[in-house]
Amino acid sequence: MLRSIGADATEVRLPDHLAGLDGLIIPGGESTTLSRLMSLYRLREPVADMAASGKAVWGTCAGMIMLAAEITEEDPVPLAVMDVGVQRNAFGRQVDSFEQDLTIKGLGPHSYHAIFIRAPVIMRVGKEVDVLSALPDGRPVAVQQKNLLATAFHPELTADARMHRYFVAMAGGPAYDENAPLIESPRVRGRLVQDS
Amino acid sequence: MVAEILTGTFTVKSGHAQMLKGGVIMDVVTPEQARIAQEAGAVAVMALERVPADIRADGGVARMSDPSMIAEIIDSVSIPVMAKCRIGHFVEAQILEAMGVDYVDESEVLTPADEMHHVWKHDFTVPFVCGCRDLGEALRRISEGAAMIRTKGEAGTGDVVEAVRHMRAVQDAIRKLRTMPDDELVVEARDLRVSLDLLQQTREEGRLPVVNFAAGGVATPADAALMMQLGADGVFVGSGIFKSGDPASRGHAIVQAVTHYNDPHILADVSRDLGEPMVGRSVRELTESELLATRSI
Repeated sequence: MLRSIGADATEVRLPDHLAGLDGLIIPGGESTTLSRLMSLYRLREPVADMAASGKAVWGTCAGMIMLAAEITEEDPVPLAVMDVGVQRNAFGRQVDSFEQDLTIKGLGPHSYHAIFIRAPVIMRVGKEVDVLSALPDGRPVAVQQKNLLATAFHPELTADARMHRYFVAMAGGPAYDENAPLIESPRVRGRLVQDS
Repeated sequence: MVAEILTGTFTVKSGHAQMLKGGVIMDVVTPEQARIAQEAGAVAVMALERVPADIRADGGVARMSDPSMIAEIIDSVSIPVMAKCRIGHFVEAQILEAMGVDYVDESEVLTPADEMHHVWKHDFTVPFVCGCRDLGEALRRISEGAAMIRTKGEAGTGDVVEAVRHMRAVQDAIRKLRTMPDDELVVEARDLRVSLDLLQQTREEGRLPVVNFAAGGVATPADAALMMQLGADGVFVGSGIFKSGDPASRGHAIVQAVTHYNDPHILADVSRDLGEPMVGRSVRELTESELLATRSI
């Protein structure tokens, strides 16, 4: 998705891989697995430093859990770089995973089709945190705190590149254009299933 | 704002498998083992009464596990829990869905309930993973609604040879598709007994249209990394962990091997001092009737 909108993208598995990056996406997955591997391969401190230094960092789903100041369970231990409280698996089990249209502040006039998979939700929002989108019941699912972005849903599973464009702009890329076309990744357009 | 909420869509079902990519799914038979697996970094556990090596040893009919045993495992971990139903046994699948299992494995490891038909998986809210030995089998399962595929290998042997054979078969068939002219693609669809549309989609994407894990015989970190380098999106480890001398260390090592599958230095490090691997049985020593992979294809 990042490459399809003109950004260079690389995978980060070890601290050395962070060198020279303008931004970092902590993806979805299992937050317990993510947390353990980040500890083991000493990624916690460099990623927290990167967030503190003002570089753009975006967490989706499990990544959002990792950015949080606190979560409702003891495990995993988050990086505590963003002033939000998060609850894991807030909607139940996989059979409760869902898709829903959201309005997202800053993305332009069209609604955004969001995919929530065993998703977390934001329970507490600090003073510095801007809520970009919330569910009809008021619980926030997309938030920004200066250079930090967190979404409870999975923009990488849709063909809509707006969230990615928004983040690339945060990382010093081209300014976000609210009038850019909605669907920009031909590889995933109109297919039975989509790949990240 | 009143927005429609959709559950059980193919996007949500196959999307969950996308979140497991690069991870290890471990077979567990008790809540204690499930906690060890979670602690070792598993992205999900497969709850079952007996691991495939024991099913093989015990013989008899292998069925869905006791719901109370599955429920205990669901309560003991926060990671997703999968469980197996027999091939074609849609009522076992309904029961597993009702219990809140996160993924159903319609598995050849259990004794098939139907030798002609698989479960029609599109009707379920819960996603399904199914086994395959080649591209045709994979795409037939996807047509029936499988949101995730695993190559079958030969479960409960600790011998990786069949897992390699099946992963290579799938990848080779996809490579062949990529240079195949349209007129030959029609014949290929007929030969594989799959829809032309799904075959075209596979050709365009250059991969299976859903996540594909390796399974059946993975016993060491090197086995797991081998499957990843051959093109697997992740790895199932069945008997290989809890039939070994030191399950916690071996599980943890296999998780790291799957993350760093392209880094031989890390693979060397994590392969050290893991104790005894599962004893295993060479697939070549098995009789035709002992093979699980050839069931209901």
